Amino acid sequence: MDSNIALTMRGICMTFPGVKALDNVDFTLRKGEIRALMGENGAGKSTLIKCLTGVNKFEAGEIHVDGIEGPIVNKDTMDAQNKGISTVYQEVNLCPNLSVAENLYIGREPLTKIKTVDRRKMNQMAAQLMKDLDLDIEVTQNLENYSLALQQMIAIARAVDMKSKVLILDEPTSSLDDKEVEMLFKMMRSLREQGVGIVFVTHFLEQVYEVCDGITVLRNGTLVGEYTVEELPRVKLVAAMMGKDFDDLASIKPEGSGDMADAPLEIEAKGLSHAGKIKPFNLDIHKGEVVGLTGLLGSGRSELARTIYGADRAQTGTLKVGGKEAKIKNPIDAMNLGMGLLPDDRKAEGIIGDLSVRENIILAMQAKAGIFKRIPMAKQIEIADQYIEMLSIKTATRETLIKQLSGGNQQKAILARWLATNPDFLILDEPTRGIDIGTKTEIQKLVIKLAQEGKSLIFISSEIEEMLRTCNRMAVLRDGSKVGEISAEEMSQEGVMKAIAGGGASE
Amino acid sequence: MKKTKLNGNSVLLLITIILFFVMYLGGCIVYGSKGFAHMQTFLNILINNAGLICVASGMTCVMLTGGIDISVGSLVAVDCMLLAVGIEHWGMNSSVLMVLILVIGLVFGLAQGYCVAYLKIQPFIVTMAGMFFARGMTAVLCTDQVSIVSDPLFTKLSSTKISIPFGGYVNKKGIYQVPYIRASVLVALLIVVLIFLMLRYTRFGRSLYAVGGNQQSATLMGLNVKSVTMRAYVLNSFLTSIGGICYCLNTMCGTTQQAAGMEMDAISSSVIGGTLLTGGVGNVIGSLFGVLINGTISSLVKTNGKLISSWANIITALLLCFFIVLQAVFAKIKEAKKA
Repeated sequence: MDSNIALTMRGICMTFPGVKALDNVDFTLRKGEIRALMGENGAGKSTLIKCLTGVNKFEAGEIHVDGIEGPIVNKDTMDAQNKGISTVYQEVNLCPNLSVAENLYIGREPLTKIKTVDRRKMNQMAAQLMKDLDLDIEVTQNLENYSLALQQMIAIARAVDMKSKVLILDEPTSSLDDKEVEMLFKMMRSLREQGVGIVFVTHFLEQVYEVCDGITVLRNGTLVGEYTVEELPRVKLVAAMMGKDFDDLASIKPEGSGDMADAPLEIEAKGLSHAGKIKPFNLDIHKGEVVGLTGLLGSGRSELARTIYGADRAQTGTLKVGGKEAKIKNPIDAMNLGMGLLPDDRKAEGIIGDLSVRENIILAMQAKAGIFKRIPMAKQIEIADQYIEMLSIKTATRETLIKQLSGGNQQKAILARWLATNPDFLILDEPTRGIDIGTKTEIQKLVIKLAQEGKSLIFISSEIEEMLRTCNRMAVLRDGSKVGEISAEEMSQEGVMKAIAGGGASE
Repeated sequence: MKKTKLNGNSVLLLITIILFFVMYLGGCIVYGSKGFAHMQTFLNILINNAGLICVASGMTCVMLTGGIDISVGSLVAVDCMLLAVGIEHWGMNSSVLMVLILVIGLVFGLAQGYCVAYLKIQPFIVTMAGMFFARGMTAVLCTDQVSIVSDPLFTKLSSTKISIPFGGYVNKKGIYQVPYIRASVLVALLIVVLIFLMLRYTRFGRSLYAVGGNQQSATLMGLNVKSVTMRAYVLNSFLTSIGGICYCLNTMCGTTQQAAGMEMDAISSSVIGGTLLTGGVGNVIGSLFGVLINGTISSLVKTNGKLISSWANIITALLLCFFIVLQAVFAKIKEAKKA
């Protein structure tokens, strides 16, 4: 093995039941290099990391790490750590109720002659370590007294002190603010000087170009390529992640959709924000308009929608609904204002598997009416049947448990739930994810039909084509802030991708 | 740079200690004429609760891991009954019986700890089974009340007064009363000191906090979470057995309904002492004061003479609510600070 290499993975294969999660993936990390591991959700980033750290067992391939002869297979994360591979997760894996020093040394504390923990020595060692890393932290304080960013750095300090050669940072910046991110980067750079190889997993493109030396891109469980940062400008990176070549994209023309600027405003959001998730944004939506939210996963699309809807309570800004100032404290308020939200994770937030199709459809209506005003059964049946027919939900009976339906039909049932409340404003978050092409088209058609009926919609999708087909206008998000809008005339695959990537194609 | 900031948890402990003194001094002022101000009253609280102090110390260790053990009251009952039946019916030597009881404690804890830690069964369920089992075994040993009278060693242990050279008073008949404690108090206080040191200065002690703080993190940091959890239950049952012996030294008998509800006393003492039911936060000194507060309450109610003893329960309940609300408020403040 080249003495400059910290870690190589060759031909890694791994299957989950029915899915090839990793197919012959290679990965190389040099000493003193910060390498971004990029890919959309489901591309196999986490799986690759888990194979490396022993959480998942890979079926084929070899892993070599500097300083150890022959290929290695890690039994678990401890084993990986002993071989010099440490992982710091987004969720800090330390104990908040213990002191900083204890978190650094627990399990390997310095002991006195009578085998008790030498707290003084431990605190001294910890203080020295913090000083070496230029962190202003009082090591005797409990960990929970420090911000998430500092906690993360303490986790990294622990990894560094354990002589890690490979440091994996899994989405470390997701919950940090700009200043904290800068602190983290400073630390990463100083570790790079010391020859540590760092794998940086992130959704934030800008951060990649700020701190990384190289980029490895995965897509659908396969390796797209290993690049240096110079070789792969932003737009090309987005294309590599999404798997679309530029020429392909240019050839697809968006279907014409009108400018709705003259229609009355349904939603006016001014300076809404939710700390740590979405920075203040303005957004106007006209009656009968479909506004798309675009951006990479994790750019804040869902969060923006949730903030309008009150699922994440807005901490700043004002919201006008239909011209009147509205105070939305929670989703019920939003529903009473005629809003609806179809969440992106239908398993977790949407369907209630053990209720019937009818009950799932009635749910939002009942919530809106209040729990004490039960909707009469005859009415329930009427509504359920109406939507089952209208959306052609394929179910044995209206009383079938919804968990027995296919994903697409579950999705339609949830859509029916919101349509039943007769909303003026509907937020659809990834309504077509994971459903077949036929149903997708049906849902797209339905979106357009709803808009024609004068309803306003927010449409969120990872598939740009689909957005182009359905949206009148698009708002672009990046790293938790709204960075621009794309009008009807400007909408094209290429334009959208450029907007997502930020800056021009030449950057 | 040395600065010790008080965090929310030490404030809770401080409040517990202050509350105890306020309550006790209040008692001294109000019931001073009824003899509450004598040091012996305080020492009696210690004597009456020596067993509970041992049990609460163990309970604190279990609760630190985020667990709970509701079998302790029944285990104390079975210990007392075994001592009584062993001495009076089987003619056994009390020292042999005490060793046997400690061994039973270890085995009992091992079984419960194994189920909780390795089989991942809810501690509440496991120890509830333990509770029924131990209570049932008490009745199997004997259904009658058995008083211990015939073992000289045990009787001596029970009746020996350890005098304290100060704080005495002259009673109505003009005789100087020397304040005293009993052997069980020494044992209980020794246990508190040992557990305090254990929690603070040993790997095992710190591991208990780590496991209670975040189990997943503790695992990832290389701690053997299962082993630590199991040992916590073993330690608790062992301390409960010691507590059972201390308890028996007070009652000098075995009955089937003995120490009923003691598990709740131990838990409430720990909670009042600042131990979180969710684990990771707590201190055995706090639990000691928790026991003392509970003891003071019943002592005050008794001294009053007019109130029925149930008032002690009601006051304890109010205190519990107060402390739980306080804990919640501190947790909220902490969160608000972070955001």
